[in-house]
Amino acid sequence: MGDPTSRLRAGYGAGSRHLIVVTAAIVLAGWVALRLAGEATAGRMLLWFLGAVIAHDLVLFPLYATADRVLRALVRHRAGNRVALLNHLRVPALASALLLLVFAPGILRLGETTHLAATGQDQHPYLARWLQLTAALFVLSALTYALRALARRRQSSGKRSERA
Amino acid sequence: MATSRPGPDAGGIDAPTSDADGYGTPRRFWRALDRHRPPGVDAADRSWRSPLRGPWLTAVYGTALLVTLPLVIVTGLLDYAAYGPRFDQAFPSDVGWLRLPTFDWPTRPSWLFRVTQGLHVTLGIVLIPVVLGKLWSVIPKLFNWPPARSLAQVLERLTLLLLVGGILFQIATGLLNIQYAYLFGFDFYTAHYFGAWIFTGAFVAHVVVKLPRLITALRSRPLGAELRTPRAATRPEPPDPDDLVAARPGPATVSRRGAVGLVGGGALLLAALTVGQSLDGPLRRTALLLPRGRQPGPGPNGFPVNRTIAAAGVRPEQTGPDWRLILRGGDRTVTLDRPGLLAMAQHTAALPISCVEGWSTRQTWTGVRLRDLAALAGVADPAAARVSSLERAGLFRTAMLAPNQVLDPDSLLALRVNGVDLSPDHGYPARVIVPALPGVHCTKWVAEIDFQGRADG
Repeated sequence: MGDPTSRLRAGYGAGSRHLIVVTAAIVLAGWVALRLAGEATAGRMLLWFLGAVIAHDLVLFPLYATADRVLRALVRHRAGNRVALLNHLRVPALASALLLLVFAPGILRLGETTHLAATGQDQHPYLARWLQLTAALFVLSALTYALRALARRRQSSGKRSERA
Repeated sequence: MATSRPGPDAGGIDAPTSDADGYGTPRRFWRALDRHRPPGVDAADRSWRSPLRGPWLTAVYGTALLVTLPLVIVTGLLDYAAYGPRFDQAFPSDVGWLRLPTFDWPTRPSWLFRVTQGLHVTLGIVLIPVVLGKLWSVIPKLFNWPPARSLAQVLERLTLLLLVGGILFQIATGLLNIQYAYLFGFDFYTAHYFGAWIFTGAFVAHVVVKLPRLITALRSRPLGAELRTPRAATRPEPPDPDDLVAARPGPATVSRRGAVGLVGGGALLLAALTVGQSLDGPLRRTALLLPRGRQPGPGPNGFPVNRTIAAAGVRPEQTGPDWRLILRGGDRTVTLDRPGLLAMAQHTAALPISCVEGWSTRQTWTGVRLRDLAALAGVADPAAARVSSLERAGLFRTAMLAPNQVLDPDSLLALRVNGVDLSPDHGYPARVIVPALPGVHCTKWVAEIDFQGRADG
């Protein structure tokens, strides 16, 4: 408890470098918040900042985790298979969901007028393209699954004939 | 049942060494908080089943972000500099002491802005799966009890809110901006600029605090061996002080190689669907889900438009035979019509036009050199030039050009593109094109250029 360093560790819970960088980050954010407080839309910005965290941690994560649990429960009885059917469903589903998440404004046509003003074009093609990409991802995954399953069967029948 | 794993502490190098229990002052308070476990936290603790979560996987995702995010931050700040903060035309213009040293944005190489903004937007999109993977790997920490054992951990949790909120806010506003869906209802520039600073501050703090942990974690399992381990041989990592490893992990349904590959594959998929908007030729169409993967039409004017003539509110009669270009140089005023401009020495240059929204295209422009117009206005050595458009309103109806941008031999008042007249959407009768200048400052439907001399500059 003698020197300042160990007193800081005991009281604060970490060393001085931790205190400095963490405080600096909070002060910077506080300064920005004060600066933006005068803006008419400051409340909206704060809402989007905190809303983004809530949307990820308490909506998106539970959503995809639950979807995955449901999927796992559905394909569990095939767990004996050496080639995991589960992952051949998971991968295209995740890829498709990722594309929807990133390109939602176009796919869901969320900015029709601003998009038209900026580019001179409408948002028509995106939904169909996303559906086609999704279909292509699932077909590709199914083909890989079939090829892997076939290769596995050949391998095991080869082993059997060796034994015989 | 409370967890019996080692108590977490605030971070790597600064980890407490003398206090085995890790509680800060007031000790009694933190201990009481730990003891009063709300219903459900133990159930939540037991519900984490993935055997992949652990310091190694978090460190791999973290390393990818540690290497690439600084590039996104720097290219973003360069984009701000390219807008010309010296002329108060970088947004937001009033940023207090969060202002970087100002410098004249160069005109060479002409692809400079194409690269900085292309990298910023493309990399920002490509990193989304890595950010999501990283957040997945640490999400149990959100539901840990106690939330903190010391003031250090309270402050660190606050910076984590800034870190996670910051990156998600930047991703969300950026994605909506490049796809023209302004759902948020606040000024994009202001929000994205200040959001970047909040994120950067928290990012630096997080790296300083966690870097030693990251290095230890990466060393704990050799990368090569881990990437050769199949699903059947994938085992959980040993319990760690950060509580990332699940208390009761289930069997692996994916190997660590698979988890890294999944995130990497997602990043590659997004890259494949994004780079097209920075490429010319047939590859442009590969940006299937982005506005700038499409060509607005065939022919020499069939390249992406930013802001149509209709959206800009410029009426066709304003751009007809009655259109005049006014050049000002101090007291001197020169008025030119389009045939007059076409009678001047014409120069042709292949230059990219690049938008801060992450797309670019290289076209061949023909027109009068800006420096010839400056000389005609009697200001051969201008301090700046103010270019005004026929547009009535809008953030970019005027743009200031720095001396190097006026005097570059390829800086043009373009009248034609790819051998034909500019189309109305591309700025007919005349538009500015300057090497490495952001597209929005390459003013279309130019009405007036005011060359400011050194004295009145």
